[in-house]
Amino acid sequence: MTAALPLSTIPAELAAPPRQLGRWKRLPLKAKVGAVLLGLFVLAAIIGPIVAPYDPGYQDPAPGLSMAAPSAAHLLGTTQSGQDVLSQLLVGIRLTLELALLVGVIATALSVLVGVTSAFLGGIWDEVLLLLSNVFLVIPALPLLIVLLGYLPRTGQTATILVLAGLGWPWGARVIRAQTLSIRNRDFIAAARETGESSWRIIAFEIVPNQVSLIAANFVNTVLYAIGTSVALAFIGLTNLSSWSLGTMLYWAESQQALQLGAWWWFVPPGLAVALMGTSLVLLNTGIDELGNPRLRDANQRQRFHGRRLRPTAPTPVLHVGPEPARRSGPPARVAAFLRSFSREAYLNPPRRGEAGR
Amino acid sequence: MPFILRRLAFYVVALWAAVTLNFFIPRAMPGNAVEAVMSKFPNLTPSAYRAIQAMLGVGHPGSLWHQYVSYLNDVVHLNFGISSSEYPAPVSTIIGETIPWTLTLVGTATIIAFFLGTFLGILAGWRHGGWADRLLPALMFLQAIPYFFLALILLTLLALNLHVFPIGSGYGQGLVPGWHWDFISSAIYHSILPAFTIVITSVAGWMLQMRNVMITTIGEDYVLAAQAKGLPSRRIVFTYAARNALLPQLQGFGLALGFVVSGAIIMEIVFSYPGIGLLLVNAVTSDDFPLTQAIFLVITFAVLMANLIVDIVVVLADPRARAGEAAL
Repeated sequence: MTAALPLSTIPAELAAPPRQLGRWKRLPLKAKVGAVLLGLFVLAAIIGPIVAPYDPGYQDPAPGLSMAAPSAAHLLGTTQSGQDVLSQLLVGIRLTLELALLVGVIATALSVLVGVTSAFLGGIWDEVLLLLSNVFLVIPALPLLIVLLGYLPRTGQTATILVLAGLGWPWGARVIRAQTLSIRNRDFIAAARETGESSWRIIAFEIVPNQVSLIAANFVNTVLYAIGTSVALAFIGLTNLSSWSLGTMLYWAESQQALQLGAWWWFVPPGLAVALMGTSLVLLNTGIDELGNPRLRDANQRQRFHGRRLRPTAPTPVLHVGPEPARRSGPPARVAAFLRSFSREAYLNPPRRGEAGR
Repeated sequence: MPFILRRLAFYVVALWAAVTLNFFIPRAMPGNAVEAVMSKFPNLTPSAYRAIQAMLGVGHPGSLWHQYVSYLNDVVHLNFGISSSEYPAPVSTIIGETIPWTLTLVGTATIIAFFLGTFLGILAGWRHGGWADRLLPALMFLQAIPYFFLALILLTLLALNLHVFPIGSGYGQGLVPGWHWDFISSAIYHSILPAFTIVITSVAGWMLQMRNVMITTIGEDYVLAAQAKGLPSRRIVFTYAARNALLPQLQGFGLALGFVVSGAIIMEIVFSYPGIGLLLVNAVTSDDFPLTQAIFLVITFAVLMANLIVDIVVVLADPRARAGEAAL
């Protein structure tokens, strides 16, 4: 009798972790690689400044340490004035990521605010907000950013964050507006309205939670934009040059002629870090895209199910596999497949769309 | 042509918004632009001081509305004031010298990237999983690399180490710009590496978008019908599938233009190419506000014009747009 209790509880406990694992396994490979890569950078941002071997601004006056190649003491070499590149990189990753995440949060919040408001108010307000988004989309962003930052004081990060966020919302606002318009007319919203829920409650608890994935994708895109743009702006010198971000590292490397002097260890690591950070976000987003649209998936991966190939890989849907006349002798391969799709086997084991030719 | 007229009205509104932003930015910003200019010219007379004040709109001659109207009037007459960093050259002259460089280089490179990327995208979409498709992860990496970093790497490898290309600038030293072969050949030689950088970094975006639309289009029934008729696959790919997949690509062209412009600005800095991007950054870093603002307006105007041209092409290519359905 006493055994009954554990028996009923154990399966529930066992069942939980595999379901989690299954969700991870079902993610497209691209999304997995992207998530792991991004995780590494977040880790570097968190513990980087703690494990950094030197103060990034410390200028070692030792004579041999001006633009010294990588060595045991300085794993990524030193700069012109004897600063440790590795320490700068570790601190720089944190600052760059911090800025990008903050911009992402503020700009996404603005997107949601404008998009949902626009779709909900409708009428003239909708027209005005949509026009505003479109105008900001069509005005080239970087020149406007340069003009704005040219006037602002270059002391802290605040100006850069606010300006980047202030120009980063229109695309998301448009997408979220469109999605809100389509959700707004569904039955569960009508039901919520009938029960007397206020508009704000419907927005906060019915509409926004229903487009979390869209908002998340938009957030990833905005972070990507913020990384690229902030690094580019810092590279031009339009930022607080006394702070250590990946962009200012590149700025100093370029202005101190690291390139001409062959000091690759000075400018390759920050550039590579930016590129890898960007790639991880792109991969994450394409992975999320493919999760939603199975047709875009990698053609080779698509035929695997639980790691096994279901069918031999047929050549891609090209008609004349053999010599030219063969085409006229019988129906083309895809047509044959189309006809076959009406057979009993096809009914029991339906091919997915876009696979008709295989 | 209701579609084109509507788009035209939109671009006029966008241009007006850009001009208005340009008018209000210096008036809303902290810091005094006049002081920044004055600190460079310590021995200016009081009347010159007032002139600069009036030009930058900080002395507040008349009401805000009055200033705004006279500013609009100046913009319409291309009267952007006088550059403070290259005093006393008029801003419009300085900009006029740089425009041909950027327009030629960025225009050519963008068109090459667009056609190359679209063509590769057609291949990748048609042979889903084929060799062109396998290039994608590498191209995504290229896309995520900051423009200027790739430019720096190429510059180091090809110009500094291998000496295949010149290190920077738009033409060889000692040459006088003009329509003679020495100068033109030198200009072309100097533009190969910058153009290559633009093509390499922007081709991935076109390719990815075209591939995705192609894959969706190939699933359509009319493509199957074309195959059932036994049409040659080249005809199916280009005349049936790609032609329809091209429309979203064209519409994306307008929106992507902003990114192309940003990339080109940074690229010009790395290669010290004598275009409008380098001028913009030099103007900003030397606090030359009249020049900065005028360049912003010129770039915006160019982007809007390019968008309008794309819209006209879309109308010519897409009967749905002619019927007025495909509003952006």
